Amino acid sequence: MSVNVEPCLDIRGLSAVLPNGQRVLRSVSLSVHPGEVRALVGESGAGKTMIGKAVLGVLPKSVRIVEGEMLIEGEDLGRLDPKARRTLIGARTALIPQDPLTALNPSRRIGAQMIDRLVRILGWNGEKADKRIRQLLDEVQIRDSERVLKSYPHELSGGMRQRVLIAAAFAAEPRLIVADEPTTALDVTVQKQILRLIAQLQRDHGTAILFVTHDLGVVAKISQKVSVLYAGKVVEEAETAALFEAPQHPYTRALMAATPRYTDPYASLKPVDETVLAGLAAEIAAADQAWRPRHD
Amino acid sequence: MDEASIARRGLSPRLWLAGGWLLLALLAAIFAPLVAPQDPLAQDLMLERLPPFWLDGAEPGYWLGTDSLGRDLLSRLIFGGRIAFIVAFAAATSACLLGSALGLIAGYVGGWADRIISRIVDVWMAFPPVLFAILLVAVLGTGLSSVILAIAIIDWTRFCRVIRAEAMSQARMDYVESARIAGYGRIGIMLREVLPNVLPSVVALLSLEMGIAVIVEAILSFVNLSISTDDPTWGSIIAEGRLSIHQAWWVLVFPLITLILTVLSFSQFGEALKARFDPVLR
Amino acid sequence: MTEPLFSVRGLKVALPDMTRKPLIGRAPLAEILKGLDFDLPKGLITGIVGESGSGKSTLGRALVRLLEPSAGAITFEGRDIAHLSEAELRPLRRDLQMIFQDPMSSLNPRHTIFNIIAAPLRQNGLGDRLKERVAEALQRVGLPQSFAARYRHELSGGQRQRVGIARALALSPKFVLADEIVSGLDVSTQAQILTLLEKLAAEMGLTVAFISHDLSVIRRLCQQVIVMREGRIVEAGATDALFDNPKEAYTRDLLAAIPLPEIDPDWLRPKAPA
Repeated sequence: MSVNVEPCLDIRGLSAVLPNGQRVLRSVSLSVHPGEVRALVGESGAGKTMIGKAVLGVLPKSVRIVEGEMLIEGEDLGRLDPKARRTLIGARTALIPQDPLTALNPSRRIGAQMIDRLVRILGWNGEKADKRIRQLLDEVQIRDSERVLKSYPHELSGGMRQRVLIAAAFAAEPRLIVADEPTTALDVTVQKQILRLIAQLQRDHGTAILFVTHDLGVVAKISQKVSVLYAGKVVEEAETAALFEAPQHPYTRALMAATPRYTDPYASLKPVDETVLAGLAAEIAAADQAWRPRHD
Repeated sequence: MDEASIARRGLSPRLWLAGGWLLLALLAAIFAPLVAPQDPLAQDLMLERLPPFWLDGAEPGYWLGTDSLGRDLLSRLIFGGRIAFIVAFAAATSACLLGSALGLIAGYVGGWADRIISRIVDVWMAFPPVLFAILLVAVLGTGLSSVILAIAIIDWTRFCRVIRAEAMSQARMDYVESARIAGYGRIGIMLREVLPNVLPSVVALLSLEMGIAVIVEAILSFVNLSISTDDPTWGSIIAEGRLSIHQAWWVLVFPLITLILTVLSFSQFGEALKARFDPVLR
Repeated sequence: MTEPLFSVRGLKVALPDMTRKPLIGRAPLAEILKGLDFDLPKGLITGIVGESGSGKSTLGRALVRLLEPSAGAITFEGRDIAHLSEAELRPLRRDLQMIFQDPMSSLNPRHTIFNIIAAPLRQNGLGDRLKERVAEALQRVGLPQSFAARYRHELSGGQRQRVGIARALALSPKFVLADEIVSGLDVSTQAQILTLLEKLAAEMGLTVAFISHDLSVIRRLCQQVIVMREGRIVEAGATDALFDNPKEAYTRDLLAAIPLPEIDPDWLRPKAPA
């Protein structure tokens, strides 16, 4: 992949605070290039989901971005008025959510919901949208698409619902997909099928994916690049292969040692060392000390 | 910490305002003979329809004016508060005890107990409450205890429904299973695990119900079905005021304001208490 | 082979299926466990693994008799407890304890940690020297004594789960059911909790049934494994033997589906058609 291709998503020095002034994102920089999967990995409270929400423009009201830029295909979201921003995000990005059940309206049929998105956001006519949806359901290997389209969300299994949402995400041909822990709620065997599908569709459509996860195992399988997040700060950023070959940051190493591996039970599941956590706390404190919020 | 916990830290202005009014009204009612400027029953046709103090023709000592029989309105309101508060506390507490106990059993024990209690509640709620109250008082006879009993008999369902729903969601919590593992029986679990968690709702409802009881008592007085006509009650003052609205608006307006303020304060006080005593951060 | 603490034969559990409940009348019963036979040897940690719908949690709840089986025998220390009444079970409760999956939901928000840990002690005739016993329980799980006065919302996820462990072990039970106790925790915390449980089980000579969906965790912690699927046992045996040489295709599929934290470009390739 050549370096001078314009990234699909470019986040530069993004900082966000809560109303009480506490920083939740600490000068986060990362980019996702066309056709590439970047994993965003971290434990709870690391801010990984928040970055995904920031990209999609759906941050909770209490979180305020105080610094930094977000560019989607070179267009600076901060410079657009709210309406233009929504249009741009709607046309070029899509989300694969963690919980497929709450992401779907329980009282409407699957088909109507999927078509709605294309008609409303992209202004397609119903016929074109319908055709597109069927094509995508085929791609996510749903064979009885007729029945699925007529079903209500609760009538499908978890894995089936997630397939539907993957189809919906790819249907509008977005340039960038934010996948927010899309397999966390699934059984391992279903997870494997879903990861396989996402990888397959991602390759076929050349879509860039920002893949939010807490599972280093999933990172290893799905991504080409990875950013390791701790307390809203990117502590390590690397090509995935290089990261697993030789993790640089002590926290990354600790995280790897803590991740369970049935093939090597006694080398895995190591509790994170106190010194690592102390080092991280010092690093965060130093970053906050040096940080001066820019005045508007 | 989220916003809810920040808001909980101080006493909210809502709690102060509502609590302040209730305390003032309650103290005035308790010490009515000391506080009231006049005898609430003393008629004086020389003093009929005196306006409140800021209007021309007002007499000192009759702050809110007098009614068509020359009785002091403020004194009547203060004495009327006694009955309002007695009814509020007694009726709401009885309704609360009955309704909460049945709601707790229906929600936590479930099965047959739930089916029977829920059916009774359904049937009860099908009666129009005011009509039900008028009927009950007509059967039980007028008087303070009949009014209290009537309100309790009608309104226990309000507690039962809410507490049942809350107890049901509590029953699904792991700490209820954990208490079984620890060796607790049904009653122990109900008292130890479920009750403390539904208590804030009980308190809020209790306060709300006190306001409702005040209204129901006023309605019964208004239709002349409450206490003896001699004793002033807010409802009976309103009924009288209605007749002289064109000559003396204050006889209608002041008891109405008193009633509304009190009812509103009860409901706000309950909500504020519930928010304050909820340590749960989900 | 040591003598088993639990011996389960022909265990069946049927529960009302609310999704098929008719408008009027009772929900039909659905058989969740379809006849299980196994032993839990004394002093060992047995892993029970399966995907959702396998019945592993139902099995756990039947063992500690939160559920009554519809058929079969659960022999605990030579006595069939499958159909004992709640009152008959009460004296057994102190030996059959449980740690829950979600410490948020298993700790009552209105009680202090002290009261939560003290509850089983009080209820089982150990109400004397309560302060001392609770202090001991806190120390055992590595929590500072000051935590006794706190409420659950003042604790982190890992600390809450430590309280759950302290409560279950306060009575020095013979058996502990651990139901997905680390699945809601971060990996760093997960490792701490597992190490703690492993240490305490060895020290106190506990027999543990460790329910989990995560085979990696089970391999590390358990001496024997039961693999479940749709209410039946697929395969059971000593951990190393089962992992190194799984006999059933389903077990192999489960193992192959785990994304290990190592680069493997072939992992996501579709299987070659057989």
